[in-house]
Amino acid sequence: MKPITTESHEHDPPADAGWDYSPAPERTPVPIDESYGLFIDGSMRAPLSRKRFETINPATEDVLSSIADAGAKDVDAAVQAAKKAQGPWARLKASERAKYLYRIARRIQERSRELAVLETMDGGKPIKESRDVDLPLTAQHFFYHAGWADKLAYAFPGRTPKPIGVCGQIIPWNFPLMMAAWKLAPALACGNTCVLKPAETTSLTALKLAEILQEVDLPPGVVNIVTGAGATGAALAEHPDVRKVAFTGSTEVGKVLARSVAGTSKKLTLELGGKSPNIIFADAAIDQAVEGVVSSIWFNQGHVCCAGSRLFVEESVVDEVVDKLRHRMQSLRVGDPLDKNTDIGAINSAEQLKTIERYVDAGEHEGAIMHEFSGQALPDKGYWHRPCFFTGVQPSHVIAREEIFGPVLSVMTFRTPEEAISRANNTPYGLAAGVWTNTGSKVFEIARKLDAGVVWCNTYNTFDAASPFGGFKESGFGREGGRHGLQSYVKF
Amino acid sequence: MNARLDVIKTCKLFIGGAFPRTESGRSRPILDGDDRVIAHACVASRKDLRNAVEAARKAAPAWLNASAYLRGQILYRMAEMLEGRRDEFANAIATTTDATPAKARKEVEQSVDRLVRFAGWSDKFQQILGCQNPVNGPYYNFTVPQPTGITGVLAPSTPSLLALVTLIAGPLCAGCTVVAVASEDTPLPAVLLSEICATSDVPAGTVNILTGQRAELIEPMASHREIAAINGANLTPSQRTGIQSAAADNLKRVHLAKHTEDQWEDDELVASPWNIEPFVESKTIWHPSAT
Repeated sequence: MKPITTESHEHDPPADAGWDYSPAPERTPVPIDESYGLFIDGSMRAPLSRKRFETINPATEDVLSSIADAGAKDVDAAVQAAKKAQGPWARLKASERAKYLYRIARRIQERSRELAVLETMDGGKPIKESRDVDLPLTAQHFFYHAGWADKLAYAFPGRTPKPIGVCGQIIPWNFPLMMAAWKLAPALACGNTCVLKPAETTSLTALKLAEILQEVDLPPGVVNIVTGAGATGAALAEHPDVRKVAFTGSTEVGKVLARSVAGTSKKLTLELGGKSPNIIFADAAIDQAVEGVVSSIWFNQGHVCCAGSRLFVEESVVDEVVDKLRHRMQSLRVGDPLDKNTDIGAINSAEQLKTIERYVDAGEHEGAIMHEFSGQALPDKGYWHRPCFFTGVQPSHVIAREEIFGPVLSVMTFRTPEEAISRANNTPYGLAAGVWTNTGSKVFEIARKLDAGVVWCNTYNTFDAASPFGGFKESGFGREGGRHGLQSYVKF
Repeated sequence: MNARLDVIKTCKLFIGGAFPRTESGRSRPILDGDDRVIAHACVASRKDLRNAVEAARKAAPAWLNASAYLRGQILYRMAEMLEGRRDEFANAIATTTDATPAKARKEVEQSVDRLVRFAGWSDKFQQILGCQNPVNGPYYNFTVPQPTGITGVLAPSTPSLLALVTLIAGPLCAGCTVVAVASEDTPLPAVLLSEICATSDVPAGTVNILTGQRAELIEPMASHREIAAINGANLTPSQRTGIQSAAADNLKRVHLAKHTEDQWEDDELVASPWNIEPFVESKTIWHPSAT
């Protein structure tokens, strides 16, 4: 499940060694319609709003398809379909409900290459990651939750769980299909019906998922998919018949949603931003730790809410870590996301690229020292950002405080475990954290003291359907995955 | 001339293990059933609330790092101390509320038993709320509950003692420190509960109790950036909306219940692990398993 291989790359030649990899493009053809409708009540419908927008391949800027921009009436139609379907879905024998989810998991596995390629085309992530991380986890999420459907009574000792009703689910663009699975699978297993809103730059795999839902004969209305931007999401969250709002995205939008549901009886779970610390102690296995840093910040171009974007290195080993990190960074393959050797793909959108560039400028402006990938030339078209890291970063610097959501790392040092913990926790966020040490007792003490919902010890950015994921503090509340994730989709 | 003048108790706030007067210099009378003044309660201000939060923050590391066994013993010690002062508490409730002496006594006894129940939960809920996760790979992966942080408690008017004890004990059990706003109408039992805390090995600042006006203290509590969670009961719809809306600023975990008087007696409803769970965060820890 590691996003990037953990083998030692010590003997890898630097990228300027004078020879290069041959292209290794993934060629699986993917049929993409010229335009897509909204998936409502079991079929694809033209949007009542009559509005559309284009989705592009961020690696080429080519238009891939025309996507429906759902308006309030479309959202209402989707919610009504979900409402109508909810009673029968909840009354369905739980073991039969489970079988639909098992079927979905199986069809995703069967169509996984096609979905991986589409994910990479629409979002820019390396095919290696969509193929080896996103798709396996997407299928696993449905398979795992399928089995919960008829066992919910065992999940909450002393309580009787019931479905909540219609769930409005708003997901981000960094792991489009996997986030859809994280939202849909537990909701459906618990007897709810769903209206899912994908992010506007990455609607295609969700719409492909709609085909799969039709293939497996999921009853109409149980899942509805409305594409669109922020206004569509707001209409969904504010719809009075939505009983539960689940959102993954920025802390800023999460707070807006929290205010919008205040005073209603809607349930809310939020999986928001982060500025996660990754701590390397002098007694760590340094080569492994450096590989962990690569996974923590450059996985998926750094478009990861739990990215380890603040690296704290014990002072006595900082030179060694920085040297190895610089060397390792140069060995990354940056470019065509469909190339099977690519480590770093395209930035998801022009807008996100601007955000990242603004932060990098701020880092340089505030006096931090940038170390940048200088390997292969970047393609002429598309949105690209070289992986980089900053040294000489002060805790007060913007790049050490704010979520960048790009391949940009801030490296800082510490002298004592107490200092590492206090600096790591000195953030309003609390999504994830990493700790690297070969001392067992230290692992558990540091893990205990870090204020984060996920603590990766001697590893980073590993995910699993059985493993609860979610934040402390302003990184949100509620968990996704595992027994804990079910609680987000039941009432008592 | 053998009449003796009563020595009337000065009721103060309970902040950081001390009993200060409100900085606002305000108080209001506590009346008995015949509308005679038997004491004066402080009317805490938002500044007092901030001081209480500061005390709760200072106390937080020690309380969250205390062993679950120790936290259980301290909660049990509170029960012991309350048991020893049953008559005084029952008298305070009977004198200042509509409760009959028998009902007041029952409420005190239930409060003692409630503390004993939570004392028992303190080193057990982790095994119910936590678990080991069977991930698909060579990792040891487990989820443990950790305290959310400083919890603001908003106690309802009645039952003035039992509800306050219940709302405080859940977060305490979780390892959170507490800033509580007592029953507005009948603050005397809360004032006495402060004395129980002060004499039960509860570390200073772990529990802070304010008397005053709910409407005045709700907003500063809900918007305080250092308060991580709110445990309240029987609030009005507009109060609920106000709390949830202000709490969004730092994404407080807001747990607002609505219970009838009878329901406060129901251990399954108000004193189960699910009354501790809102005040913990689930932390999932991964470690590779290899040789």
